[in-house]
Amino acid sequence: MTTCQTTPARPRRSKHMSGNTEPGRQFAAAPASPPLAIELRGISKAFGSVQANKDISIQVARGTIHGIIGENGAGKSTLMSILYGFYKADSGEILIGGKAVTIPDSQAAIAAGIGMVFQHFKLVQNFTVLENVILGAEEGRLLTPSLDKARRVLGELSREYELDVDPDALIEDLSVGHQQRVEILKALYRQADILILDEPTGVLTPAEADHLFRILRGLKAQGKTIMLITHKLREIMEITDRVSVMRRGEMVATVETDATSPEDLAELMVGRKVLLHVEKKPSNPGAVVLEVENLRVRDDDKIERLKGVSLTIRAGEILGIAGVAGNGQSELLEALGGIARATGVVRMNGVELDLTGRHSDGQSRRAQGIAHVPEDRQSRGLIMDFTAWENVAFGYHNAPEYQKNALFMDNDAIKADTVRKMERFDVRPPIPTLAAKSFSGGNQQKIVVAREMERNPDLLLVGQPTRGVDIGAIEFIHKQIVALRDAGKAILLVSVELDEIMSLSDRIAVMFDGQIMGMRDPATTNERELGLLMAGVADAVKGAA
Amino acid sequence: MGTLPKWADVVLVPLVSLALAAIISALVILSIGEDPLATLQVMVDGAIGSAYGWGYTLYYATSFIFTGLAVTVAFHAGLFNIGGEGQAQLGGLGVALVCLALPWPHWSVALLAASVGAAAFGALWAAIPAYLQAKRGSHIVITTIMFNYIASAFIVYMLVDVLRPAGQMDPATARFSEGTTLPTLNEIPGLNLIFTKAVPANVTIFVAIAACVAVWALLWRTRLGYQIRAFGKSGSAAKYAGINPTKIIMITMIISGALAGLMAINNVMGESGRLVQNSASGAGFIGIAVALMGRNHPVGVLLAAILFGFLFQGGAELGLWTHIPIELRIVVQGLVILFTGALDQMVRMMLVFVFSIGKQRAA
Repeated sequence: MTTCQTTPARPRRSKHMSGNTEPGRQFAAAPASPPLAIELRGISKAFGSVQANKDISIQVARGTIHGIIGENGAGKSTLMSILYGFYKADSGEILIGGKAVTIPDSQAAIAAGIGMVFQHFKLVQNFTVLENVILGAEEGRLLTPSLDKARRVLGELSREYELDVDPDALIEDLSVGHQQRVEILKALYRQADILILDEPTGVLTPAEADHLFRILRGLKAQGKTIMLITHKLREIMEITDRVSVMRRGEMVATVETDATSPEDLAELMVGRKVLLHVEKKPSNPGAVVLEVENLRVRDDDKIERLKGVSLTIRAGEILGIAGVAGNGQSELLEALGGIARATGVVRMNGVELDLTGRHSDGQSRRAQGIAHVPEDRQSRGLIMDFTAWENVAFGYHNAPEYQKNALFMDNDAIKADTVRKMERFDVRPPIPTLAAKSFSGGNQQKIVVAREMERNPDLLLVGQPTRGVDIGAIEFIHKQIVALRDAGKAILLVSVELDEIMSLSDRIAVMFDGQIMGMRDPATTNERELGLLMAGVADAVKGAA
Repeated sequence: MGTLPKWADVVLVPLVSLALAAIISALVILSIGEDPLATLQVMVDGAIGSAYGWGYTLYYATSFIFTGLAVTVAFHAGLFNIGGEGQAQLGGLGVALVCLALPWPHWSVALLAASVGAAAFGALWAAIPAYLQAKRGSHIVITTIMFNYIASAFIVYMLVDVLRPAGQMDPATARFSEGTTLPTLNEIPGLNLIFTKAVPANVTIFVAIAACVAVWALLWRTRLGYQIRAFGKSGSAAKYAGINPTKIIMITMIISGALAGLMAINNVMGESGRLVQNSASGAGFIGIAVALMGRNHPVGVLLAAILFGFLFQGGAELGLWTHIPIELRIVVQGLVILFTGALDQMVRMMLVFVFSIGKQRAA
């Protein structure tokens, strides 16, 4: 290991390093009673009246992969933020390697050997890998010695952990998976012994996720400790040694992964029995509702994002679009929903839609029987500062039943309608005058879904219906989507969650780089096959269905 | 966490801001060797101590209501209309052209026609920056500021070369005819019992109050207002809903400009009876402070306009009765704008802190 200058800001670094060279190997020799890497004792943290963490104790053994699962708002992120020095706990103790420490800021966390890989990467897009790695860890006034040293260390780390990344590549040229490896390299370069990964697979293809898991296993074999925060039960089952479940700020259980099941974990997370699989009858497709031919969309920079997509959806079926985020699915939804301009031909119930002119806006689409649950409810589907009732009218503000007369809207009618919708979709709290931003993610989504589905559209566009939504609400929203299908409506479902696509869809189209790579039947395909298509491996065998 | 009860946000924040402005103003007055309390006394006596003082305070307030509403309407669409000054000057041109066009038989008819002229010219002047914003992406703050200067120069040209009667030496229009003279408050039966001396406040104040109600109804009761607010809160969401951004920007700025232009019936028609240079005399800019302090709500605008009317009139009285230079009034106004407008968030944070301590004690 190389040495580095000790700066006053990181007093513990040199001491830490000296203890860092051997333990991995020691461990491999004596794995029977591993010492603790991290121990939290009685951590509590409140924000105002909200108790985000309640008396949390957890022990993470060195050289293990420890999963932390819980729904949104269960307190996982708060706990990790305390560990990484973003928040100060109201009470409780943090022990690293058996010694009590205080972590006032992220510098101290790094000095204590903790590295964090955030869900949203913190990389400078137009810097090289090398420059990003040393950013904040430059030593001395001149950059060259630091870069040379980093190049050497990076080479060693890459070989050791299968983290092959070109040190001179610009971040903006790298795939998401590679960018994530740069984040891991950054942590390792800073001598991290403990790696915390926050929802690391959300942006990865299945193949990239597999590669990440190989890297994590390699790190574990070298004695590193890994904490994996995720809401995906499958990942927990696949890679962790132990798993802690959080619910409403409390640590409800810590179990050996081998001794549990996804169903048990889901029940612990939610506090009641949850149906993990969507129950649906085989589809009974009717007449063609939507026909799309050679649809193309360019973004603001004139770059083509949708490169000639053709598909059809029939009444009473769900077409799922699988793909890694950013491969044209958003543009497909936006072109059909009247948000983005497009070229090509789109026919709705046999009538050709205007894709560029005056009748290509959201109002015209709604009039033609297309409802749209957008991918991003916070920036598109809702106005966060508006009340729930104002949001229920959003997009349908021209509807005749919401008008009192030619001049004024009938706010009372909208409020009454909101009360009805909130009841039917179990929105909590059922207060129409509450601002949208005051609802939880799941309840916000229910407001959007209620608004769009209650219009009884011929075609429902749904983007990421359960992103940031708790398990209970996911179950509910999935049921509603299936119910709409059974009522004979056509549904276009876009999701980056492969599980969601596989369990809801009647047919699956996989998108890569703005094109459809292939159509599959969910009954006969598998994740491996879909994963290959998502990664752009050409669909030579089966052809489009 | 980090929020105030609504009453504190609406009432306490402006009051604390005002108190801070008053304290700093007092220090400034002390530093030039005058007595702050005596100064305040002069301002209060002069502005609200008599019906006569109120007559001036309300006259100024009437102008500020219009310009404050103009900023408010634009603000709800996420547009910062700094061009109230120019739009009000153009409104003055509209008033002058209407008043000079015909021998008006009665003031009520003239008021109606002049209102249309004022609103139309103000709207036109706001429509050009609006078009540039909607179609070309030119930032409305920049264009409306520039349009203030263009308005100023254009009015000078009109007054010097087009509208000045032959032989007149000052750059101004001819006097409007008798039939266009708006009744002042001391001429209105009933109110003349209160306002015994001639005051400049005139029937336009009722138009201003009606405009407050109209703006409230527009923003919170109509489909157009709903779309304006939706677009102002989130442009990307508005696009999803199929709200046409070009249309909203144009309509909003036309309404905003019309409101600023309407101010001219108060000063040009109601008070001076002719159009002179620089007729808006800063009211367009005061409107920004009024809207900020009034939380972009018509009721708040009404109250803030009266406060600024008080500062304007009280400040003028200082020049009459004390040795305090008249510029001090600008200092005081500046401090009020600084604290109620620009530093409003600072005051809010202070109060949030105080409230959180209070809560901890209570817990």
